[in-house]
Amino acid sequence: MVRFLIRRVALGVFVMFVVTIVVFLIFFVGPGRADVARTLAGRQATPATVALVSHRLLLDRPLTVQYWHFLDGLLHGNLGYSYYHGQPVTTILKQAFPVTLSLALGAAAIWLVVGVLSGVLSAVRSRSIWDRIVTVLALFFYSMPSFVLGLLLLYIFYYQFALHGIHIFPGAGYTYLTADPLKWFEGLVLPWITLALVSAAAYTRLTRGSMLDVMNEDYVRTARSKGLSENRVIYRHALRSALTPVISQFGIDLGVLAGGAVITETVFGMPGLGFTAVHAIQSQDLPVIIGVVIVASAAVVVANILVDTFYAVLDPRVRLH
Amino acid sequence: MALLEVSDLHVSFPTPDGVVQAVRGLSFAAEAGKTLGIVGESGSGKSVATQTIMGLTRGARVSGQAMFEDKDLLAMDQKALRSVRGDEVGMIFQDPLSSLHPYYRVGWQIVEMIRNNHKDISKAKAKARAVELLGLVGIPQPDRRVDDFPHQFSGGMRQRAMIAMAMSLNPKLLIADEPTTALDVTVQAQVLQVMRRLQEEFGTAIILITHDLGVVAEVADDVVVMYAGSAMEKADRYEIFGASHHPYTEGLLQSLPAYGGVRERLHPIPGQPPSLINLPGGCPFHPRCPYVMDRCRIEEPPLFEVGGNPTHTSACWLTLDLVERTALRDKVVGGQLPSPSRP
Repeated sequence: MVRFLIRRVALGVFVMFVVTIVVFLIFFVGPGRADVARTLAGRQATPATVALVSHRLLLDRPLTVQYWHFLDGLLHGNLGYSYYHGQPVTTILKQAFPVTLSLALGAAAIWLVVGVLSGVLSAVRSRSIWDRIVTVLALFFYSMPSFVLGLLLLYIFYYQFALHGIHIFPGAGYTYLTADPLKWFEGLVLPWITLALVSAAAYTRLTRGSMLDVMNEDYVRTARSKGLSENRVIYRHALRSALTPVISQFGIDLGVLAGGAVITETVFGMPGLGFTAVHAIQSQDLPVIIGVVIVASAAVVVANILVDTFYAVLDPRVRLH
Repeated sequence: MALLEVSDLHVSFPTPDGVVQAVRGLSFAAEAGKTLGIVGESGSGKSVATQTIMGLTRGARVSGQAMFEDKDLLAMDQKALRSVRGDEVGMIFQDPLSSLHPYYRVGWQIVEMIRNNHKDISKAKAKARAVELLGLVGIPQPDRRVDDFPHQFSGGMRQRAMIAMAMSLNPKLLIADEPTTALDVTVQAQVLQVMRRLQEEFGTAIILITHDLGVVAEVADDVVVMYAGSAMEKADRYEIFGASHHPYTEGLLQSLPAYGGVRERLHPIPGQPPSLINLPGGCPFHPRCPYVMDRCRIEEPPLFEVGGNPTHTSACWLTLDLVERTALRDKVVGGQLPSPSRP
């Protein structure tokens, strides 16, 4: 178990290291690198000023030197400074991460509960009117892009409500939990629903399929032959096994989401990691891009380790080596 | 009166291709302390029949009666049936690996069974009972193995654990659906022995469903031979093996390799079992029967008493006189069947 964790963490660190190299390479060969210094120096800057800015940011040095400088900083806990506002990248990330995490965890909790319960209902009453309603709703939200759903929710619950003098949900922005818990909650409701409904649909389908398989297993018949109540058969015996594929999907989805929900954050103007990444990419702000990428890949790596570990808890046949 | 008396059981499943007539007018009785063997090929309806009685088939049309003591199981709602399942009727199934839940400890699964039906029994007591039961079915070191997961058990141990679980509440009836099919022969014998020992100890009635005539010969007191959803022949074990009447029973016996006897080619029954959606008219066995007559194609025979013996019945139009029947057998299939002899 400990050896398993050490190996997986080491592998994860290696993956993140490779990711930073790739991001550096893309930035180096990609367009727009030359414009950074020019933009920063201002409209009327002389070539000398541009060169000076370029020099200050190490942009005139070879890629290897830049990368070494970055790595040196990283190992000292310093991710560099934004080209544009000179803020330390760590500070930017520290501000953006709680936003994304609030969004991701809340939405994930909603979609897991909604998705699994509707999936179970759909499987247990397979081919009933409930199953059909759930299936149609799931397909509807599954095929709905989150920017459409997000804007739709904003139109109804922000714009139309505001027209009628109801101000519950803000139109944009984010309030930190520590600043005002109620405002934090109000501001997150619509983004949560947007993100959750789109994902819940996938979980409904996944749970339904998995439950239908498991309900035909011999041990479910055994559970019934023991005289157990139908609820106990469904939740204690069938769902326990049916959840395994759902949990692994959940871990990975949550990991990906912790790296930023670009579209939802953009629609609701939430300064999370995704939002930060979009702006950094638009202005070729390399240190910030790399910072976001490191956090995002770390989230995926951690999620994968957690999923694999959780597997062993869930299924006693799995032993971690 | 028998413990379980099933009469005129019909089970059918509506499917897009038509109605599958899985069980057609089956009657049988199981008595305390005795073993009833139900024999038949795959798809003959033997598992469906017993699972339907216990309310474990879904989406089926059912008619008939299944009197268990004084209650008709087929007329009960699920809630009432649940209290019969487990508490009064224990069940074990074919594949012992997939029949135990892979995520729960063997002991936990037995404790769940005990405490589900008797909520007043403490966890510790139920666990102690689980250990005792595992010991009873011959699991070594039951106090340690009780905390094992099913995958840590061998196939034979798993089936014995299933038996321990099914017997944990001293049920009056044990339905064993192909309990030895997935096991190798030596383990088969152990499992059958455990079942027999428990039967002797507790006077349990056993319904043993199998396609293996060898198993039937070993443990069954009475035998029902099923084909295409109905009983072809019913008799005690000696009659079935020594003086069978129905050509299908005869075919089953002929397709067995002779034990220690002359080595010769096996004689499988030609043809395939019929589609249960589109049954042939008349006797369902007539397309494969070497004795087929015109009447067999038109009229389905009811169960007749064979040789004036009320416990031996056969659904066949052939002569019911055993001497004539033997002469006919010699004429049609020659000396392929070992001559009838009572052991």
